[in-house]
Amino acid sequence: MEFNVKTLFEEGSADKGTDVYVKKSADDFGGIRLGEAAQERNIGLSGLSEPEFVRHYTQLSQENICVDSAFYPLGSCTMKHNPRFNEKAASLYGFAHSHPFAPDEAVQGCLEVMYRVQELFKNLTGMEMAVLSPAAGAHGELCGIMTIRQALTHRGDAREIILVPTSAHGTNPATAAMCGYKIEQIPVNEKGTVDTKYLAERLSGEKGKNVAALMLTNPNTCGLFEEEVQKIADLLHKAGAFFYMDGANFNALMGIAAPADFGVDAMHINIHKTFSAPHGGGGPGSGPVVFAKSLADYVPVPFVVFEDGEYRIVHQTPLSFGRMKMFNGNFPVIVKALAYMSAMGSEGLKRAAQDAVLNANYIKAKLSNVLNLPFKQNCMHEVLFDDKTLSEIGITTLDLAKALQDEGFHPMTVYFPLIVHGAMLIEPTETESKATLDAFVDAIKRIVEKAKSGKQEEIHSAPHFTPRRRLDETKAARQPVLTASS
Amino acid sequence: MRYLPLSEKDKKEMLLEIGVGSVDDLFKSVPCKDNGTIKPFAASDEITLSKEFKEISENNIAAEDVPCFLGAGAYRHYFPAAAEYLLSRGEFLTSYTPYQPEISQGTLQIMFEYQTQVARLTGLDVANSSMYDSATAAFEAVAMACRITGKNKAVVSGGVHPDIASVIETCTQFSKIETVVSEHLKALTGEEEINPDADCACVVAQIPDFFGNIADLTDLAERCHKAGALFIVVFTEPLALALVKSLADMGADIAVGEGLGLAGNLNFGGSGLGLFACRKEYMRNMPGRLVGETVDADGKRGFVLTMATREQHIRREKATSNICTNSGLNAAAFSMHLAWLGEQGFKNLARLNHIKALEVASRLESVEGVKIVNHSFFNEFTVCLEGQSAKATVLRLVERGVLAGVPLSDFYGNAEEYLLVAVTEMNTDEDIDALVRGM
Repeated sequence: MEFNVKTLFEEGSADKGTDVYVKKSADDFGGIRLGEAAQERNIGLSGLSEPEFVRHYTQLSQENICVDSAFYPLGSCTMKHNPRFNEKAASLYGFAHSHPFAPDEAVQGCLEVMYRVQELFKNLTGMEMAVLSPAAGAHGELCGIMTIRQALTHRGDAREIILVPTSAHGTNPATAAMCGYKIEQIPVNEKGTVDTKYLAERLSGEKGKNVAALMLTNPNTCGLFEEEVQKIADLLHKAGAFFYMDGANFNALMGIAAPADFGVDAMHINIHKTFSAPHGGGGPGSGPVVFAKSLADYVPVPFVVFEDGEYRIVHQTPLSFGRMKMFNGNFPVIVKALAYMSAMGSEGLKRAAQDAVLNANYIKAKLSNVLNLPFKQNCMHEVLFDDKTLSEIGITTLDLAKALQDEGFHPMTVYFPLIVHGAMLIEPTETESKATLDAFVDAIKRIVEKAKSGKQEEIHSAPHFTPRRRLDETKAARQPVLTASS
Repeated sequence: MRYLPLSEKDKKEMLLEIGVGSVDDLFKSVPCKDNGTIKPFAASDEITLSKEFKEISENNIAAEDVPCFLGAGAYRHYFPAAAEYLLSRGEFLTSYTPYQPEISQGTLQIMFEYQTQVARLTGLDVANSSMYDSATAAFEAVAMACRITGKNKAVVSGGVHPDIASVIETCTQFSKIETVVSEHLKALTGEEEINPDADCACVVAQIPDFFGNIADLTDLAERCHKAGALFIVVFTEPLALALVKSLADMGADIAVGEGLGLAGNLNFGGSGLGLFACRKEYMRNMPGRLVGETVDADGKRGFVLTMATREQHIRREKATSNICTNSGLNAAAFSMHLAWLGEQGFKNLARLNHIKALEVASRLESVEGVKIVNHSFFNEFTVCLEGQSAKATVLRLVERGVLAGVPLSDFYGNAEEYLLVAVTEMNTDEDIDALVRGM
């Protein structure tokens, strides 16, 4: 197999590419009207003939591992199987060729999809309102926190602080900062969940009145459900603050419990995780947000309503905080969510969540004597190990991850969450078979055994059999080369 | 359940291994289960769904099927079959952000090629590996300019797409940044004059602007730099850049664009693709992911995500942005499209668009009561329907199966008689006849 693909600019040239025949001339219509900035310039694009084109990208594709080809247990990323019917549905002619500025009358099919997805997300979360325009999880967080800020502003309440647990995704504090909030960390207790004693103290009296919201991932990034979630919600609400739930890990709960029931005021959903849309090597995703009644008036536009037998896009409301994206949200990803939910039904979603949790606990049980578990209780859809055992046998978390590549697996999430040392977060998802899990466990055991037998060097230098060996990231950052030179 | 591989036998063995009696035991920590909040809904098989989705999709007027002159930031272009086929490969479709470079070179190299193309297209030094869309990219550019200059005022030209201006306003409203959007009608008539003061962190202008006009932005850039502000240029039609001075030559410090129209089908406007490029000296202030070249342990060239210390997973609240997931596959689509076209193909496609737009403009100019407002344009221009409502005209033409354009009244309160008309290579002679007849 070819693992040394030339760049497009080394391989192609300016005179190659497809044929575009221009049969008429500007002079037929009075000459060009490009104005004073018109200029013919050498852009530096490189083209390929079609045979070269197909081979270039096919060879590049062969340098990628993906869910289709291998177990991909990235914690907090929910790399489940991406049903191909989703792709077919999203690329249906009538959807693919709809224009975002066509009148509502001309796009009733698109609007029906959006409306039904809004309703299904409201149902699964128990919430009052859903918007689909955010483009990804972090964008959904921004949407949720801006809605909260708008609601607080409307009631004349200038709170300044957002609380995040130390186990939070990096996007949570980054989002809060983008909304002009100060960030304060809440410690996690020895069980891996929010220290509610600390939280109660923090939210008590006058100082509690400066807290706008808590952002909580639940199940959290240790793979644990926040057992005291209702207490957390009560404490926040008593202090006049809002409860934002990062729904990145909703795969453990869908069809089983509705977050509204435990007091959540707003939460985003990652369609590209929980609802089976593919990640596409980094996107596009979709991060719809659902809201409790207390926030429903302040949500961003656009969203879809159904009135008098017709679907209609709402572009403006009296109290909305505004618009956060071009057009109507990542529509094809939204179609995939509807396709998935329709295929699964509510019982199917529940079973998926159960199987995801079962798979994670199975890996936990099988590896409990091989790697160190910082938190012993049953986990949800992902299981967290630290590097205590590995350091005793002279290898690191990174070494294990790289050695797993040689075994044909995509590694787990490593060094996150930050609250345990050398974290390894394994999320198998429900779409993996027991045989795959067994093979993965065996691979980890083999690597650990190898280290124990004194062959650490072989692991330090892994991977050996991948398209590239370990790459020099320091060089890349210190002497950045971000574009091709030729 | 076709997407779930565990058999009942597997589950029994697994529960035994775990040491619990049932799956429910694993959910003991979760409150409020099965309390009736979630209303049951049925599952369907794929055969049924296939019919159902097809029917829903047919409740749309596909822009392909009718004469369609809609643009306003979403331009309809042909997308190559070879690229469509390659993008459906699981290796591109079902991989994650390339955190493990040894087994993600495919994605990484394409992102590197994409960054190069975007940099060259704008004339700027570096580009990131994509943002969600042009509007969010424009907001990020404003935030970046404020970080660099230490100032907090953004002036947005009235010629910037109103949804982009609106997203900048929305996303800065709760921050220190003050956003001032100029009046749109002056931009429409070419009378806008922006004179940034010393408090100004950046000026945002668009080329071609929302109304289709193409102005040489060099003087504005100079005024901007004299005031110590950065100049941000937005474009929603990358194809237009083939026929004008490079944005860097006009003085752009940061350029952001919408790649939607060249990255596949319109898909009801989503998912977008935010192009983002800047001058080299600002690269460490950029938002989003960057791919850089390096070598592996054997000295072989390879690519990695780089300068991650700008990003949220490392810097948390001090990050340059909260962005994580971007528009990776759309960036790949955009890159493939440009590779398929090549330099000549790209320029020819641009010429074809302009010539078709010239044809429509010249024919509409001969229709009574229709006036082209623009002095210059690429593939879209604004028509004034002297005294008539553009919205009413559009709805009248929809009934005749023609999507005539986007009325400016969809965006502004005082622009009833203006219609935006976009013409691309997808418009046939018959389309053009139908439009001219309808008007």
